Amino acid sequence: MIWPQDLIWTYDFTLLVLVVATAALSLALKDLMGAAIVFGTYSFFMCLLWTVMGAVDVAFTEAAVGAGVSTVFFIATAYNIKKEAKD
Amino acid sequence: MKALSLLLALFVGFLLIGVLDDLPAWGDAKSPANSYVSAYYLKNSMEQTHVPNVVTAVLADYRGFDTMFETGVVFVAVIGIMAILRRDPKEEDSETGDRPPHAPPEGFILGVATRFIVPFMQMFALYVIAHGHHSPGGGFQGGVILGASLILMAMTGELESALDRMREKWFIVLVAGGFLLYAGVGLGCMFFGGNFLDYSALAPLLGGDPKAAAIMARYHGMLWVEIGVAFTVMSSMFAIFAYLSSDGRMDRGL
Amino acid sequence: MAWVEVHYNYLLVIILLMTGLWAMIGKNNLIKKCIGMCIFQNAIIMFYISMGAKKGATIPILKHVPGAHGHGPESYISDPTIYANPLTQILMLTAIVVGVATLGMALTLVQKIYREYGTCEEDEILNCMSEEQDHELPLQDELKA
Repeated sequence: MIWPQDLIWTYDFTLLVLVVATAALSLALKDLMGAAIVFGTYSFFMCLLWTVMGAVDVAFTEAAVGAGVSTVFFIATAYNIKKEAKD
Repeated sequence: MKALSLLLALFVGFLLIGVLDDLPAWGDAKSPANSYVSAYYLKNSMEQTHVPNVVTAVLADYRGFDTMFETGVVFVAVIGIMAILRRDPKEEDSETGDRPPHAPPEGFILGVATRFIVPFMQMFALYVIAHGHHSPGGGFQGGVILGASLILMAMTGELESALDRMREKWFIVLVAGGFLLYAGVGLGCMFFGGNFLDYSALAPLLGGDPKAAAIMARYHGMLWVEIGVAFTVMSSMFAIFAYLSSDGRMDRGL
Repeated sequence: MAWVEVHYNYLLVIILLMTGLWAMIGKNNLIKKCIGMCIFQNAIIMFYISMGAKKGATIPILKHVPGAHGHGPESYISDPTIYANPLTQILMLTAIVVGVATLGMALTLVQKIYREYGTCEEDEILNCMSEEQDHELPLQDELKA
């Protein structure tokens, strides 16, 4: 991994906890627009994890596609669907 | 239903945890995944193609078929979305009535900021496509950034302002054109006597010493192929956004 | 604890997989199901990328031999052990792009369903569909008679 070895434990653990927390949060929110935006945050944390593991091309693609275009698709659909999720 | 699916998920999760002993340890340099084929690519890709970015070299040259059919998948997805959603702007909705009221973006700041940002985004995207041999990047990443610049124009202005610059006929032609460019490079290799997508067959076009020309033909063939991928991905990202946000009618956006 | 330290990337993958699976089956709203599908796909990509990581390795772009500035193969270090595994990353690049195409298709279908039925909740759609079937049956009996 590209990180120096003494930093790895704390930052790694924080990133892992944040990934799982944003994934669970985006599923739990009732407002669909909010869920789409938190999904963008989840995508961005995954991109950071992959940069740590040395996959820079994949992280670049995920930052452009997941945190950019995918989130915009969700927002476009959530805007046209006027209702909130029931659960 | 929810309790049942939670039980199922937990059950499958425990099954997967039970299998973990057989998987290699994290970061192991001698695991089977890291030993055989990838060591060959890392050792030989510089000699055979002169491209330092091993990921781009393998994607566009050694495994070019996968990339071609992935471009084909994106193309087919755009065609499918067009077939499902597209309709006449004057058609009435049967169940849902009107869409949410269209709020044109107000103010001066969004328009000016977009006009500053979009040219730099597009120039950076072209740099990413062209420099993909030496730095992280390549065709997909540059294509997605180009598509994102068009989506930015559509979101901060009206959808028509972005559609004026990239009309529907053009992006349909570009989506197909990128895939055709990729397959066309492959067919060109066949005309020169090599296999499909074997870029070293294009060496007579460059002239000079045959061995060096074969290596440089692979280098430049990869660039053409990445340009084809970038065209398809750019048009498809903008096309999917245009159809989704206007609900098929292509008259007004978000 | 040593077992957890050696395998903790797989534990993260399993947690995300099960979150995505539970969301796809158990959630009622169609858009939440699409979000679950994306979480599932990202977890699979994480699995492959974490298998390709190596301790102390750098990114798979070949480094220059210190002091050399040429472009030929002799001025780059071609030792496979110092670079992370590029093969898994290549497969996952294709997977990400195919995933976004699938997501676009799924959201298109969600919008079309909303246009037809006026709702995005699975149980209401199933109710509407079974009511339509109930109304259709008498007409078929008339046609047969």
